[in-house]
Amino acid sequence: MIEFHLDSRSGVSPYQQIVQQVRHGLRLGLLSEGDQLPTVKDVVAQLAINPNTVLKAYKELEHSGLVSARPGVGTFVTNTLGDGSFAAHGPLRRDLQRWLTKARRAGLDEESIEALFRECIRTAGEEDVA
Amino acid sequence: MNDVIEAHGLGKRYGRRWALTDCTLEIPAGRVVGLVGPNGAGKTTLLHLAVGLLRPSAGSITVLGGRPGEGPGQLRRIGFVAQDAPTYASLSVADHLRLGAWMNPSWDRGLAQQRITRLGLDAKQKAGRLSGGQRAQLALTLAVAKRPDLLILDEPVASLDPLARREFLQGLMEVVADQGVSVVLSSHLVADLERVCDFLVVLVGSRIQLAGEIETLLATHRRLIGPRHDPDTLPSSQHVIDERHTDRQSTILVQTDEPVLDPSWAVEELDLEDLVLAYMGRTAANGSQPSIVEVRA
Repeated sequence: MIEFHLDSRSGVSPYQQIVQQVRHGLRLGLLSEGDQLPTVKDVVAQLAINPNTVLKAYKELEHSGLVSARPGVGTFVTNTLGDGSFAAHGPLRRDLQRWLTKARRAGLDEESIEALFRECIRTAGEEDVA
Repeated sequence: MNDVIEAHGLGKRYGRRWALTDCTLEIPAGRVVGLVGPNGAGKTTLLHLAVGLLRPSAGSITVLGGRPGEGPGQLRRIGFVAQDAPTYASLSVADHLRLGAWMNPSWDRGLAQQRITRLGLDAKQKAGRLSGGQRAQLALTLAVAKRPDLLILDEPVASLDPLARREFLQGLMEVVADQGVSVVLSSHLVADLERVCDFLVVLVGSRIQLAGEIETLLATHRRLIGPRHDPDTLPSSQHVIDERHTDRQSTILVQTDEPVLDPSWAVEELDLEDLVLAYMGRTAANGSQPSIVEVRA
């Protein structure tokens, strides 16, 4: 069983943090198929958050096919995150490192690099929506 | 009837002073409602009207479909914990539970006992010798064990230290998850409510400034930062809540249901605290009667 934790300064909403932690657990192998997620009651009793926040996170995970709820029993992991994504990490990391070297040579400090990166993710996200 | 609380033009006057003015509100069932406002805003007055400890001077209020304090049937469905979690100092924890069982036909003995055990309270201990956190938990136990449909808590965590505060909210959320009870709790600190509430009511200077689902409120408010703009040039769908200008830059907080398209703005999301402070600051700065913003899902 995993346990959730919340970072109140991350700017990421609590429900998204729960979703991310489940996905993270799957990626790291902390969670695998058949494992049970903590019950809503357990999560709220531990984190002091609104039960709807947990339900919303679990619904989103269910919607993306990672978990399924068995009424009266609990929520269980039904899928793993594709290993394909894991295999792609290495080459992507190398690309990114090359890019970072370029960015530093161009005179960007860490802060500007992070700002640029975040801005790109944001605009790409908006294009996806549009 | 799906609303736990409905108020129309509700007001309460003490002598010449209105403690609550023209309050119109609909709170759906199944929510955890945060009632926020500075001290003296009228939060306690509103809660006391809801439980029937006060009678309205104007307008009307309906709670769980009935008039507050109307009869035993109505009282039975509401659990109320007044400010500072009052208990009987000379009675023991066990005495309080006996009293609860005696006075409430729907008393859930098992639930009360289970909560006391989990909290590690000594049944023989006199309530006057409990810590603030323990007393608050005892008061919550009494309110919860009568199995109400609506829990009303007046500043339940204001006097508690951070650990006791967290433990109290953990217990409260467990009750909500378990029993599906609707909750209204007041606080002058937004931070206390941010994680536990899904519906927000902001009360300032005896008037409701803002009410709605927190998710909707956050989704419909944006901070716009950009070169100096005249707020009158904003599209009509953007309602200005707060604005600041320097000679070059404008920072405007708007309420809008539509995306912000003007590319000269950097658009930021707000957190709950920013949002509440903006609405509170608005009344302080204007001194006039602001229009009530109602945001519905």
